[in-house]
Amino acid sequence: MSVSGNNIRIGLYAAVAVCWVAAPFFLDNYQTDVLNNIAIYALLGLSLNIILGYGGMFHMGHAAFFAIGAYTTAIMNTSWGIPVLWLLPLSGITAGVFALVVARPIIHLRGDYLLIVTIGMVEIVRIALVNNIFGITGGPNGIFGIASPQVFGYPINGIVHPAHYFYLLTVFIAFTIAVFYLLEHSRYGRALKYLCSDSVAAEGSGIDTSGYKLSAFVIGAFWAGMVGNLYAGKITFISPESFSFWESVVMFMIVILGGAGSIPGVLLGAILIIGLPEFFQELQQYRLLIFGIALVAMMIFRPQGVLPPKPHTYPVDKIDEKEVAL
Amino acid sequence: MEQFFTQLTNGLAVGGIYALIALGYTMVYGVLKLINFAHGDLFTIGAYLGLTLLASLGLTGNVGTAGGIFFLVLMVMGLVGVIGILLDRAAYKPLRTSPRLSAVVSALGASIVFSNTIMLVYGPSPRVYPQGLLPTHVFYVFGLPVPIMRIIILATSLVLMIGLYLFIQKTRTGTAIRAAAIDQGAARLMGINVDRVIMLVFFIGPALGGAAGVMVGLHYGQINFTMGWIYGLKAFTAAILGGIGNIPGAMVGGLLLGVIESMGAAYISNAWKDAIAFFVLILILIIRPTGLLGERVAEKI
Repeated sequence: MSVSGNNIRIGLYAAVAVCWVAAPFFLDNYQTDVLNNIAIYALLGLSLNIILGYGGMFHMGHAAFFAIGAYTTAIMNTSWGIPVLWLLPLSGITAGVFALVVARPIIHLRGDYLLIVTIGMVEIVRIALVNNIFGITGGPNGIFGIASPQVFGYPINGIVHPAHYFYLLTVFIAFTIAVFYLLEHSRYGRALKYLCSDSVAAEGSGIDTSGYKLSAFVIGAFWAGMVGNLYAGKITFISPESFSFWESVVMFMIVILGGAGSIPGVLLGAILIIGLPEFFQELQQYRLLIFGIALVAMMIFRPQGVLPPKPHTYPVDKIDEKEVAL
Repeated sequence: MEQFFTQLTNGLAVGGIYALIALGYTMVYGVLKLINFAHGDLFTIGAYLGLTLLASLGLTGNVGTAGGIFFLVLMVMGLVGVIGILLDRAAYKPLRTSPRLSAVVSALGASIVFSNTIMLVYGPSPRVYPQGLLPTHVFYVFGLPVPIMRIIILATSLVLMIGLYLFIQKTRTGTAIRAAAIDQGAARLMGINVDRVIMLVFFIGPALGGAAGVMVGLHYGQINFTMGWIYGLKAFTAAILGGIGNIPGAMVGGLLLGVIESMGAAYISNAWKDAIAFFVLILILIIRPTGLLGERVAEKI
């Protein structure tokens, strides 16, 4: 990658970011709400990307962690009146702990077995929510009346003022991108990618493969739980319907079609999969059919996704003695 | 006691259906090491094609009820089998040498295409099979009631399974299928046309799934375009339970899962019925990933 190529890339990202931030000024409430949905799914895609993109684990039950975060927020907020944003870390922790407990026995399973087990997990969670487990989830009707989040005493209502919520989500996306970018380029991220491309070699080089896989699962779940919190605060009403298996499939498709392991790819995937159908309202009933065909065609012609991750490069002229010694 | 017996026969009838679908998963997995996610939807296509043929051809009027249903099942099996081959050609064949994930995602895409095509053709609301085609007698065995429908379903699935078993074990083609499942490369060197074996597997598996679809339509009377998903997942669980890739395993696993599920629904909780199969799946994968009849093989590096 030449220096000018890198500059073009950075310029392009900056232009997209500016357009994104300015967008609500030119859009009506409905359209801004679509952007909010894109933002929610982009966040979910980024969190799944840790597990599926970097870790290479076929996880198709991500909606379960999303649901646990959202329900944690809904229950704590409606029962004890704790402000929504205060529950942000707690929602993440609940989802993370759940992931830790669930993933521990299944983490060693081979690719497609793991896929099936995670599908089973998300279905069990959904059935548990429908059956009003512990008498706190409200059964099939879900939970109403979740308060809107407040920032410095200023309420941010996602239904009345989607643009306000848009900026809350955008700040969180920026934070997420920063954290995940650092994660990707850290020792941890490199180890995860290594074990994804060749787990035997990684284990041979002294990487604790199951430990890394498990921690990737927990980080992804933690983030999805926090997104669940923001989702609950946005629509103020949640039910098991919102966390069906289909949601997990959508997140999976965002990562795979966008480009597994690539942050810009996942963001583009969310825009394409959630945003694009809005332009084809009259084709609404053919939407899923087209998705299905697109999935098959992508796997045949471009399995790495629209924007696959750049391979890591180490320019020869920049390697000084210190790095060689490492 | 009576409840236990009722649940047992019900479980065996449903289990027979699971077993038929599970055979399709297990055969494809055996040869290609691929989970054919679209298999559940082939089962749904079978149910809908059965309904269309039943309504348009008036089969039962021409050759009597039993003969009509026999021909109906045969025709559906043939049609769904051909769809299975086409599915393989379109979605899986170009990906034979790709990484596993690509084929799995392609399978998922094919599944979405199938279920939505059914929805667009037949409409989103559930469809109803004509009633009263099959006898509704109730047998009494030692004073315990057994609806004849359950016996027919179990008998049909057993006949199909035994037929398949004999075909796989006793014929030359069956031997070729087994050989291709053990080692494709070696099978090729021995002069077996592996591509034809794969085609055959993609005919037989979906054909059995289609037959199961007709049986569900006749038994429960109502079919909908999303049912393939849940039946498919349960049948897949059955295949894992018996040991994936293992044909007798799929039969045992299917019957066992049917019984476990109906017992669980009766004695534990009906509301959690659908979750029981998934608990079984997770348990079996944790405790004994090779399944009940699967052999333990060292993982290749």
